[in-house]
Parts: sequence; C-alpha cells; structure tokens
Amino acid sequence: MPKDSGIGASPKRREDVRFLSGTGNYTDDINRPGQAYVHFLRSDVAHGRLNNVDTSAAAAMPGVVRIFTGADFEGVGGLPCGWQVTDRFGEPMQEPAHPVLAQGKVRHVGDPIAAVVAETPEQARDAAEAIEVDIEDLPAVVNMKAALADDATKVHDDLNSNLCYDWGFIEENRDAVDAAIKGAAHVTTLELVNQRMVANPMEPRVAVGEFDRGTGDYTLFTTSQNPHVIRLLMGAFVLGIPEHKLRVVAPDVGGGFGTKIFHYAEEAFCTFAAKAVNRPVKWTSSRSEAFMSDAHGRDHVTRIELALDKDNNFVAIRTNTLANMGAYLSTFAPSVPSYLHGTLMAGNYKTPNIYVNVRAVFTNTVPVDAYRGAGRPEATFQLERVIDKAARELNVDPIALRRQNFVTEFPYATPVAVEYDTGDYTATMDKLEEIADVAGFAERRKKSEQAGKLRGLGVNCYIEACGLAPSNLAGQLGARAGLYESATVRVNATGGLVVMTGSHSHGQGHETAFPQVVAEMIGLDESMVEVVHGDTATSPMGMGTYGSRSLAVGGSAIVRATEKIINKAKKIAAHLLEAAEADIELKDGAFSVAGTDKSVAWGDVTLAAYVPHNYPLDDIEPGLEETAFYDPANFTYPAGAYACEVEVDPETGKVTIERFSAADDFGNIVNPMIVSGQVHGGIGQGIGQALLEQCVYDDDGQLLSASYMDYAMPRADDVPFYSVDHSCGTPCTHNPLGVKGCGEAGAIGSPPAVVNAVIDALQSGGKAVDHIDMPMSPARVWAAMNA
Amino acid sequence: MHISLTVNGTEKTGEIEGRTLLSGFLRDGLGLTGTHVGCDTSQCGACVVHVDGVAVKSCTMFAAEADGCAVDTIEGQAAPDGTLNVIQQAFQDHHGLQCGFCTPGMVMSAAALLKENPKPTEAEVRAYLEGNLCRCTGYHNIVRAILAASGQDLPAVAAE
Repeated sequence: MPKDSGIGASPKRREDVRFLSGTGNYTDDINRPGQAYVHFLRSDVAHGRLNNVDTSAAAAMPGVVRIFTGADFEGVGGLPCGWQVTDRFGEPMQEPAHPVLAQGKVRHVGDPIAAVVAETPEQARDAAEAIEVDIEDLPAVVNMKAALADDATKVHDDLNSNLCYDWGFIEENRDAVDAAIKGAAHVTTLELVNQRMVANPMEPRVAVGEFDRGTGDYTLFTTSQNPHVIRLLMGAFVLGIPEHKLRVVAPDVGGGFGTKIFHYAEEAFCTFAAKAVNRPVKWTSSRSEAFMSDAHGRDHVTRIELALDKDNNFVAIRTNTLANMGAYLSTFAPSVPSYLHGTLMAGNYKTPNIYVNVRAVFTNTVPVDAYRGAGRPEATFQLERVIDKAARELNVDPIALRRQNFVTEFPYATPVAVEYDTGDYTATMDKLEEIADVAGFAERRKKSEQAGKLRGLGVNCYIEACGLAPSNLAGQLGARAGLYESATVRVNATGGLVVMTGSHSHGQGHETAFPQVVAEMIGLDESMVEVVHGDTATSPMGMGTYGSRSLAVGGSAIVRATEKIINKAKKIAAHLLEAAEADIELKDGAFSVAGTDKSVAWGDVTLAAYVPHNYPLDDIEPGLEETAFYDPANFTYPAGAYACEVEVDPETGKVTIERFSAADDFGNIVNPMIVSGQVHGGIGQGIGQALLEQCVYDDDGQLLSASYMDYAMPRADDVPFYSVDHSCGTPCTHNPLGVKGCGEAGAIGSPPAVVNAVIDALQSGGKAVDHIDMPMSPARVWAAMNA
Repeated sequence: MHISLTVNGTEKTGEIEGRTLLSGFLRDGLGLTGTHVGCDTSQCGACVVHVDGVAVKSCTMFAAEADGCAVDTIEGQAAPDGTLNVIQQAFQDHHGLQCGFCTPGMVMSAAALLKENPKPTEAEVRAYLEGNLCRCTGYHNIVRAILAASGQDLPAVAAE
C-alpha cells in the first residue's frame, strides 16, 4: 500500500501551483526601481587581436548611460577556476586568465568585448551596433588534434601550448595495464566521439546587479544553481567584495543541467556596473546569446581498449581521451574529464587493471564544463559501447557478457580510486529484462521486419559517483572549494518549521520533498514545514545543487539539523513533563514519558521554547533553531541497467525509438513521483544526444548551431513513453537517509543504449557497422549502412 | 503608438514602440510575467498565449497586431479564487512540470489542442506539441497530463 505522506509518498508538488498559474518568480521577472539594461557586444570572430574599440559614436546614441570595455576592468580580478588538476608529471595544469570583458584578444565567438548600459534594452542593443571594433583576425584553433601540433597557433599567448593538462589515472598503474593488454586473449578497440552539447535549460540566463550607496551593500539576482558559490567566487576573486556586503539571490530558476553552476562574466559585470552607474543593471540573455556564452558540455574524442581473457573475463581497460576545454577554464571544467570521468571507468565490472589518460585542450570555442552527468556519461558511453563491440566480436550475448563481469561483492574498491559501498547489478539487470520484455524482443523484431524495418535492442549498465562531496577527498583531487551541504531548521513558537537549505531547486521539487523528510522525523503534517532556498541572506553557506547531491548531501544536513531540534525539544519536554530526558519518546508529533500516559504536544514544547516562563534556563537556551553542516564519508553510487529498442528505416536511415526502459538503484526513495520524473527527463536528454543534438563549429571557429533553428532539441514526438523502475534499491550505507541521488542517471545511462540498439538493428539487416557517432542522424545512419 | 486590447477579460491600454513584441508588452508593459520567453526564433513555445481564441507564439507577433484583440494568458486560466482549471490540475496531478519555465506555454498549447481535438491520441498530443520545448520532463508526464485532462481513461491511452 503506497504511503500518502512522509518518506516514500508522492504528494503533489506544492511549487506547481505558482508555476501553473503564472506567478513564479524567475530572475527575468525581477525589475528593480530605476534599473538600466546592459547589452554585450560579442566577438563575431573566433580568434583575433583587439586593436581598437571605439565607443565614441555609440556613447552619443539615445539612452546610453555608459559603455564599458576591457579597460574598465583592468585591476579587477578575472573569473576564477575552482578546480586544479595536477598532470601525470606532477605539474599543475596550465591556467589562463579569464577577463570579464576581453582584454587584448578575443578567443571565441561570443567573447564579450564591450557592454552598453542604457535606459532600455533596445537602446543598449542599438548603441552596441554603433561601436567600432578593429579586430585583426588570427588563425582559429578548433580541432583538438590540430591544437596540439607543435606549430599550432596558441589560444593564450602566455601559455606554453594549447595543452591544459596531460592527466594519467592512475599513473602508477600504467605499465601493469599495458602488460595486461599485451597478454590478453582478446582486445576490442573502439574510437568514438562524445559530441559537444549545449545544456539548454529553457530559461536563458539573467542577472540583475544592485548597489546601495547608503549601506555599501551589493545584491545580485541571478539564474544560479548555487548562489553561495557565486557569492564566494565573485566576491572574493573577481570584485573584491566581502561576503557580508554581498547578497546573491537565485529565485525560481528555470532548469540548470549544470550550466547554471558556473560563475559567469555577466554576473560580475552587472554587479560591478551597478555601483559604477549607481543604478540597478539588468541583463537578460537571448537564446542565440546563450548558445555562445553558456558553458557547453561533453566534447571528448576517445580511444578505448577492452582486454578479455580466454573465458571472456575483463582483464584491462585503457583509454585515451582528448577533452575540449574551450577558450578559457570555466568554473569546474578541469574536473569533468579528469576525476568525474576517470573514477567511473570501472563501471559495474570487476576489471583489475584500468588506466585513463586525458589530455585537456584549449581551442577557440565556448568554454566547456559540466553538463548533466559531467564526465560520467562520457565514461559510461565508451565503456558500454566497447563491451557491446566485444560481445559481437566474441559472438557472445552482450547481456550475458555484462552479467559475467559484474561486481557482486560490496564494498568494492575499484582500480580507479573509488569504493562502491553497495549495489546489486544482477537485480537491476533482472528487473530491466522484465520491464523491457527482453524475452519478447524476437517476436517484435519479426513484426518490424515484416513491415520492412530493422529492429534493434540495445542494453547497457551505468554507475555514477554522485552526491558530490566529500570535501576532504575532493580537496585531495584538486577542488578549491568544500562540498558539504548545510541546513538550518527554524521552529516557530506555534510549531511550524522553516527549513533553510543550501541546496537549490531549479525543477527538482525540493519544496515538496524536503518537508516529507522533516515531517516524517517529527510526526507532523508536511504542510507544517516550509522550505526556503536560493538566497544567501536566508540560508547558511551551502554548495548548491548539481551532481545529484541535493537529497544525499543536502537532505542529510536537514536530517542532522532536525535531529538537533528533536534532541533539544526532548529536553524541553522532559522539563514540562517532569521526567528524565532519557525517558522521553517522540511519536506522531507528541512527546510522552515511556511507560506512562503522560504526554505533551509538539506545539506546547515549541511555545515553551519561545515563551520560557516555565523553562530550565540554567540548562538550555530559549528558542528552537538548529543548523547542521553535513559532509559525507564517500560518494554515493547509483547504478542501473537501461534498454532501448529502435526501428531503423533502411530506406532513409531514420531511427525511431520504439521502447525505452530503465531499472535504477537509487537506494531509498523519498518521493517516487519526482524520482521517475528525473529519470524521464534524463532519458529525454540522452535520446537527444544520441539522435539529434550537436554543437557544431566550422573550421574558422564560427558557431553554426547558434539557435534552435540549427541545434536540434528533442521534441515530444521524438521520444516514446518510458518504462522506469526503481524498486531494486540497495540503501547507501553512509548517509542517514540511505539515498543515492537520481538527477543524472537518465542522461548517463541512455545514450549507449540507443547507439547499441541502432548497431544491433543494422547488424540484424546484414550491415557490418560496428559504430556510428552521435547524433545518429538519418544521414549518418544511411551513410553507415551504405558505406 | 497607443493600443487597447482585452487581456484575460479586462480592458488594457498601453504605449508601445512599433517593434514591441506581444510577449514584451505582456511582460514589461502589463507585468504579466507568467508568459515566458525562452528563445528568439519562435521555436520553444514558452510564450504561447491565445489571441482571439487562437494559440499564438507571443514572441512572434507585434503588440500592435493585438490592438483590439482578446488575449488570454496563463494568468487568466485559474478561477478567480485560484482554483486551477482542468489542464492545470492535470499537470500537477501527473507531475507534468519540473522547473516550470515551459509550463505556461505547454498549458496554453494544451488548451488549444483540446479545444480543436477534445479526445486526442498520444500521437496527436505529441505532434501538436511540436512547437513547445521542455528540457526537464522528457515529455512523458506532459503527454500523460494532457491525455488525462481530455477525460480519457489514462491507463487505456498512456503508459504509466
């Protein structure tokens, strides 16, 4: 019987009412008195020397308040990078400066050159067109292999080369892996591309900066997944504003998918300019501007080798990847192809020898950083593709090959530095075969063939390390920030609770799910618990929401703070009941003395805390408010098995997704409805990557896919209904909720399933095709079939 | 220039530039910020409103063109006491939204669909939503919500 409240229930989302009635409060809905508007003049060339920026004609245009160029930001800090990778020779990565407005050179199409602040957005845009820019074109570096050539043009003149780092993981294992591959009975090799993606949350980025001369306080309203992180990075490293004089507010945010983690130039500009012109300054990105200024994702070129012994046991994996950083290092860019990618290369399998080499490369393109999954989709894709290829070469069933090599005993220490605490990969695969009706596939294939179509089944597993934390481990790996989460639980005199969390909701439903946890712990109705987030003025220092961490880390902080509340409330109850604290029990929102009928209601205790007339003031303070910071002992390891069934039209190469099934182990589940929704969305994005989406530059570094006319987003008729199941949960062993996180799984697990299915379909039609790079457009599939 | 129009049943007037888009007039001129702008190429559909009963992408129409028209936006969909209409309620019941940004356009498009096709099939719903992008839901629960709002037996016409 499903629960109707508390942990495990699916109450309707309370945030939906405002979103459905048009009363949400997104950043672009915020307008401050007297605000001016900024329009950024952006580079239309990929690489060039800025000889002169003449703003004189533009400054005389109607409504112009002031025009800023790079010269206005000399002496102001650049945008910082939050992660330092050490290369395989022990040297730190090359780390270029990243000015707020271009200084000396422009390095990608979209690099901001000047900013016009005017009375209206239209006046700002008109004036920007009147700025005369003298740019000397330089050769653009676009292709990663070409960027690493000895004679390549350098993106950054002051760096030694275009190589950010050459990273080996784990470097000490390199020789053993080479030897294992040399001695293996079979080696399968696959070269593939994980194409550049654009996250495309439906809400474009917006920033509104404000400065109060009377107090010296700054406020930034911004579309961020982590307002405290923006406050720290922008305050400390860019503008030199102490955190107590800077408030960052990220109100309702319309999706993030990673791209709203990072600190962007436009945020720093609006905050800086608000003081300079003594007016609030607002910037609203257009979608076209978003394509050339939001950090992109993926963009890896990889060669992977999987070595097997004569019994088809995996003995070694070796990978070599080129990872595109773009023109500058976005906030967490260096961590994505290194630690978030290399640590997952074991997948769900007990492979004893693994070595991962990644060379991160600067090019004249938009910076690349985390996009839903961030490194883990890239690891999963190459591993699950090469396993399928190996199964075909060895003529064994791909599901059986996976099952044979599953990790089955936990905890399991991988050869790539992480320890899986718990999981049951056999159970999720069993569940997948059931919900995907793998047994019925042959019959469905027959029907497709009768209709002249090729039908394929693709199956794969995935594992991810998420619940991003712990701080200590992240610090050892190069993080320049902590990765804990925070919560303050404030109980009001009349018994209601406000949870102030450092997590940030931009679609995840925290306002509904977090109260389920607190209400269950105390035994109250969920309507008595309110969640406050997204404002540095109201929440304790938190690290925000990404890496499927909100419930695993943020939820755990809420549990810890609520435990403190309960402990204090028990002390107060013991006093009111004239009993020993150890004898006080909390059940259904009332405190009672064990073994007696004496009890006191929750509201009586909370009232006593704030009206302390009869109160043990010598022992405890009045009030009922507690804060907790939670920093876990390990990552969490959600895992699962996915299946995709496609039909391919042999005449046109068009791929149609007929069925998609996902069996996930997310540990314990707080709100199954929200969890399913997260998986649906991730699958939608994964299908988008597999079939439709690609960010394309030409050889000159021009961005060809700069709008929804050219960048193919998945639409409702590109996808089927999905069958998702998360009943095979093995609870996380090290957080109090036993939860693992579900936000990225769908995007990690789905692309290889789609590609495996298409290859299976083509092979069934007698086509000797063993790989097609994503997106598998009809043209690419047709070309592969007819090669 | 001066325009007057009916918005959600109420007479409104405004001074606009010739280039002002209907979406901009609704948001900045009338403060009706429920209509969202998610792109600049008429692709995403977050800005869908009804003009004289027809679904329109308000970023693709000049405000001047709406002079004398009746415009309905997401703000006018619920009852005066705040009770959600059938489509809005179905979106909540079936988790048809996550971040909420595309939602106003989805609800307005769904209303237009159900007006012209009260009992659509799954395929018809998906085809009709061609012009509305959502990045959060993978469309699964949006399609379910619209089928549910049509009053059809959901288990018979949609997957779980």
